[in-house]
Amino acid sequence: MDETIKELAGQEYSQGFVTEVEQEFVPKGLNEDIIRTISKIKGEPDWLLDFRLDAFRRWQGMKQPSWGHLHLPEIDYQNIIYYAAPKKRSSRPTEIDPALMETFDKLGIPLREREVLAGVKSKEEYESENVAVDAVFDSVSVKTTFRSALAEKGIIFCSFSEAVREHPDLVRKYLASVVPAGDNYFAALNSAVFSDGSFCYIPKGVKCPMELSSYFRINASGTGQFERTLIVADEGSSLSYMEGCTAPMRDEQQLHAAVVEIVVEKDADVRYSTVQNWYPGDAQGRGGILNLVTKRGICKGSGSHLSWTQVETGSAITWKYPSTILKGDWSSSEFYSVALTNNFQQADTGTKMIHIGRGTRSRIVSKGISAGRSENSYRGLVRMNPGAEGARNYSQCDSLLIGSDCGAHTFPVVHSACPTAVVEHEATTSKISEDQLFYLQQRGIAAEDAVGLIVNGYAREVLQRLPMEFAAEAQKLLSVSLEGAIG
Amino acid sequence: MNEVLLEIKDLHAGIEGKEILKGVNLTIRRGEIHAVMGPNGAGKSTLSAVLAGKPSYTVTSGSVTFAGKDLLAMSPEERAWAGLFLSFQYPVEIPGVSFTAFMKAALAAKRKAAGLPELSPAEFLRLLKEKMAFVQMKPEFIKREVGVGFSGGEKKRAEVFQMAMLEPVLSILDETDSGLDVDALRIVAEGVMNLHTEQTSAIVITHYQRLLDYIVPDVVHVLKDGVIVRTAGRELVAQIEEKGYEGIL
Repeated sequence: MDETIKELAGQEYSQGFVTEVEQEFVPKGLNEDIIRTISKIKGEPDWLLDFRLDAFRRWQGMKQPSWGHLHLPEIDYQNIIYYAAPKKRSSRPTEIDPALMETFDKLGIPLREREVLAGVKSKEEYESENVAVDAVFDSVSVKTTFRSALAEKGIIFCSFSEAVREHPDLVRKYLASVVPAGDNYFAALNSAVFSDGSFCYIPKGVKCPMELSSYFRINASGTGQFERTLIVADEGSSLSYMEGCTAPMRDEQQLHAAVVEIVVEKDADVRYSTVQNWYPGDAQGRGGILNLVTKRGICKGSGSHLSWTQVETGSAITWKYPSTILKGDWSSSEFYSVALTNNFQQADTGTKMIHIGRGTRSRIVSKGISAGRSENSYRGLVRMNPGAEGARNYSQCDSLLIGSDCGAHTFPVVHSACPTAVVEHEATTSKISEDQLFYLQQRGIAAEDAVGLIVNGYAREVLQRLPMEFAAEAQKLLSVSLEGAIG
Repeated sequence: MNEVLLEIKDLHAGIEGKEILKGVNLTIRRGEIHAVMGPNGAGKSTLSAVLAGKPSYTVTSGSVTFAGKDLLAMSPEERAWAGLFLSFQYPVEIPGVSFTAFMKAALAAKRKAAGLPELSPAEFLRLLKEKMAFVQMKPEFIKREVGVGFSGGEKKRAEVFQMAMLEPVLSILDETDSGLDVDALRIVAEGVMNLHTEQTSAIVITHYQRLLDYIVPDVVHVLKDGVIVRTAGRELVAQIEEKGYEGIL
């Protein structure tokens, strides 16, 4: 069986390839000139450059946070390239480089829109089967699919850069309205140097006919990826959004510091799902992505709803807390999370639910899975403001340990300033038992597959929340990420 | 006489440094049902655990040949692929995993080991339904999580259901009768008998006669202090019931 494990371990990260494509870079390092250069390349208006420079000045006065249960290395911010983009071929500047098409094909992200076959399916059927994708390669969005089909319904779905050019008023209105430039160290860094990302606006009363998604791919070495996603769901609209990401296998660590902002207006409904599969580093803990991300949404209007579902299997270090500000009365939010760490991975992840409005509801279901020598922490804050009359939160934090060299931790914090608010918290810690493993093996299921089956069962409550397109991939990922976890 | 399926020679085995099996000899031919009886602590469950390859048990000496192969050199899953099935005395719970997903994985692994392609979803579903009817399981059973919230009877029926799905060559039933009422006992035992063929064998481990009223053994062994102290025909069951183990030895 050792042979099988070795064999499997060799293929455990199948997205670790590098695309050979000619790229252009800004010089290494971080200063105002670099920021001006990035802004100039993107042809930005002055207000956005000012926003960047303001963020940069704030960032200079801040310190890298050290409160996480992580060994975050000293990051040399002057040794990072902040902008890398595939060169446009001068002969055909509007076409996508075939190498990039091939890359996204290989990753299972189709950049070609399938044709509607007349008479075979209705337009609605056709749309509901599709996923519109904004594909981001290093610092630029290379393609956004189904733009025109979505535009027919008034939906804006495009790269962030295009949004700045084509819908400056919307961007200006909502940018940094949920995550201010100086919110935290990594959000400030992102605000200063962000390159591309996705923008989405769903107009009043519109139900988005298909899943929207962003796919982030890091390719170039020595670079970081700093994308920005802004989603606005206007009154009574609804949207399901998915986000995926991968990176090449390298011995160097690479920084990914993103910001996602979501604005949910009155009675609107947004479901945001993430399958995070950044390169986790090798079995000895070399390389991997440092995933330092700020994600936050605001349920702005009454009756609005925001749901976060995340499956975190990748990254050397994960530092992220998708959070919701429940401002509108009777608004509600959920956070469903599976975080799996193996080998030397470290994850410090969780959520913040800030209850401001009356009768607001939140639910937190966190499933941590630790294997190898990894460290896995849940960190959560539930805050009931004085006005959050009758608000409720339910939190459930489960930890599953595989082997005896890993760590699982929970840091739940509750602040309640409202006597009528109710907060409930449950937590469990369990191990995969030898009896469970033996039972499955006796039925012919090899040990590695048995662990995969048990882990998928453990995470089922969260996996069930994912859109169908994502659920199968996430299940497979959980099993693959555990390969080599038991000997 | 049929060919020998399982041959245990002078098997010594134990757990945590304590020897429990102290030289077991047992030969089972295809088509035979053997009962292994004996007082508590005789080593009956150890025998089934060692045959199935439970990692916490250590074999110190002796040999076991199964269908011509060295059983002790095989991993637990390889033993399963070769056709060995253990009906557990205490089946486990696997929260979040449905019986469908569990059986799909088990069957796929077995078929893969035999070089066969995976069943199509339709074929698999047909097989599930057929085998569920066999042990009189309700349709919603396959959606339930493995072992979670099962009554004692449901757990044992689920074991026989799995046996029906996997069609083993050698079934070891470890106290399958414990925790069963009379009706459940009959369903389970009839299930086992219906699965029995000229080519398959079973080892029935039990304390009591009542299971053996339904699963009629060809040979009966009494295991005591880690060795088989008596081997006879099925008439031995009635004698044990009447006189107890002390009385027949």
